[in-house]
Amino acid sequence: MMPLLTTKGLSRNFGGLRAVDGVDFALMPGEIRAVIGPNGAGKTTFVSLVSGRIQPSSGMIVFDGADITGLPAYIRVRQGIAYTFQITSVFANLSAYDNVALPVQRTLSDGRSKGAVRTGVMAALERTGLADRAHMPAGQLSYGHQRLLEVAMGLALKPRLLILDEPTQGLADSEIDNFITLVREIAKNATVLLIEHNMPVVMQLADRITVFNAGKILAEDTPEAIRENAAVQEAYLGTAP
Amino acid sequence: MSEASPAKAYTLHLGVIALLFVLSFLLPEYYHGLLARIMVLAVFAMGYNMLFGYVGLLSLGHAMFFAAGLYGAGLAVIQLGWSVPLAFLGGVACGAVLALVIGLLALRTTGVAFMIVTMMFAQVFYLLILYFATWTGGDQGMVVPQPARVLSLGATSLELTNPTVRYMTALGLFSIVLLITSAIVRSRYGRVLVAIRENEERTKMLGYDTFSNKLAAVVVSGTICAASGAAYALLFGYVGSSFASVQYSILPLLWVLLGGAATTLGPLIGTLFMYYVIDITSGYTSAYLLIVGIALILLVLFFPKGILGSIRQRWLGWLP
Ligand SMILES: Nc1ncnc2c1ncn2[C@@H]1O[C@H](COP(=O)(O)OP(=O)(O)O)[C@@H](O)[C@H]1O
Ligand SMILES: [Mg+2]
Repeated sequence: MMPLLTTKGLSRNFGGLRAVDGVDFALMPGEIRAVIGPNGAGKTTFVSLVSGRIQPSSGMIVFDGADITGLPAYIRVRQGIAYTFQITSVFANLSAYDNVALPVQRTLSDGRSKGAVRTGVMAALERTGLADRAHMPAGQLSYGHQRLLEVAMGLALKPRLLILDEPTQGLADSEIDNFITLVREIAKNATVLLIEHNMPVVMQLADRITVFNAGKILAEDTPEAIRENAAVQEAYLGTAP
Repeated sequence: MSEASPAKAYTLHLGVIALLFVLSFLLPEYYHGLLARIMVLAVFAMGYNMLFGYVGLLSLGHAMFFAAGLYGAGLAVIQLGWSVPLAFLGGVACGAVLALVIGLLALRTTGVAFMIVTMMFAQVFYLLILYFATWTGGDQGMVVPQPARVLSLGATSLELTNPTVRYMTALGLFSIVLLITSAIVRSRYGRVLVAIRENEERTKMLGYDTFSNKLAAVVVSGTICAASGAAYALLFGYVGSSFASVQYSILPLLWVLLGGAATTLGPLIGTLFMYYVIDITSGYTSAYLLIVGIALILLVLFFPKGILGSIRQRWLGWLP
């Protein structure tokens, strides 16, 4: 089977800092892949390169067999790469409804009725448990709900690859349980790349885990093997809360 | 915003149009003429609001779009002998093309650079008008001759110099543009424009080509401003270079700020209010511009969202 996403020698420097340093990475369709690693390991920078939010210093990105390294972000989104921001970046002054309507109306092709937008928006809000808050300004939602709204916006893009950057940060335990169910459901139709600090969430969801450290891939394996890996424990798990 | 009570907004807009219609029969002559002028200039402000209010792009060069319509229509009548409707369309087309070109160039910049670039282009446009004085009349401007300002509709012909015809034509243009702009801002496209204003990076990450959307907004905005300019030339019969000067780039900004950016009726209220204040104060003192200036400063300090913006924030959340 052909990987959905491949990167070859992907690098990004910030001044003298090699935030992402020659990363070779492959992701199979349908997989839930967790990316873990200490703060500053380069995880957000890596997925930002994949989504096109920032440009690589060198290296190549292949999505669904095509080189997308030079494509602007909005075209990558249209090809099916959706990115939810680590730093919550919903439209604070717009209602939750309008936040989700933006991705929904774009994925509806050719002049379909207003009803189609409403149906799509409410479906995404229902799935993330935000339906009863549809008309609140997004900025007035609690932090956890804003994170879920980010996920709803990502979902509404009907992505083939959904990148979630620390989605459970700030969620209550009960919300985390719902979130795990949600990601499992999303993964039926999409490949999921999940950056996550919460190890129980990672262990429950991930098919495979990639460990980043200092801009490089330190290890990549099944959750069980990663748990046993000494180098990983030293770099990351040992310092985990 | 786009979800809030469309019926109410629609009713309000029709109510305002009906009120302006009735006022035509009630106002004394002087105010009748003034209001016709204000309605045409409010169209200019609505065009400006499209870009500034909804997309958050602050241009300091919109006088060039107004002037493109003004000179486009004026020259078409004076130099080419075109009929009124054709000249109007010609003026509008000039503005649309100019806006497309300026948009392609100026949208490479954002923020302060965008302000400066648009201002520079407008200055070039202004200087070109002065340079080609043989055709444009230079700083003297041109008068559109009265006999040419006639709208022939089959057997009947309407003289645009007639106060009632002039008022009703101005009201017609105002109404059409009001209904079009309110439809645009409620549409899916309007939602994208507001998203760009709120957070352009995020909008891109939802798959939107924000450059094209902004370019379209510049063209819509420039076209509306040109329609205002073209109507001004044909209704009031004067085409002058002062309308292309920097003052006429700043005025629509003030009108919109005053009335309320990103409100559909703010441009009308702002234009009306400013003329009203100037009218009253100039009756008392020759330093009326000073008073206008102070009034503006107070307004921006205490009502930064403008008149309708503040009303919407405090009392009427549904206000379009
Ligand atoms: N825009 C930027 N400019 C400069 N340095 C950056 C920028 N973004 C990230 N970095 C640096 O790159 C490194 C990796 O950051 P990041 O990708 O956010 O790590 P992670 O998501 O794994 O915590 C950090 O040292 C961070 O300070
Ligand atoms: Mg990060």
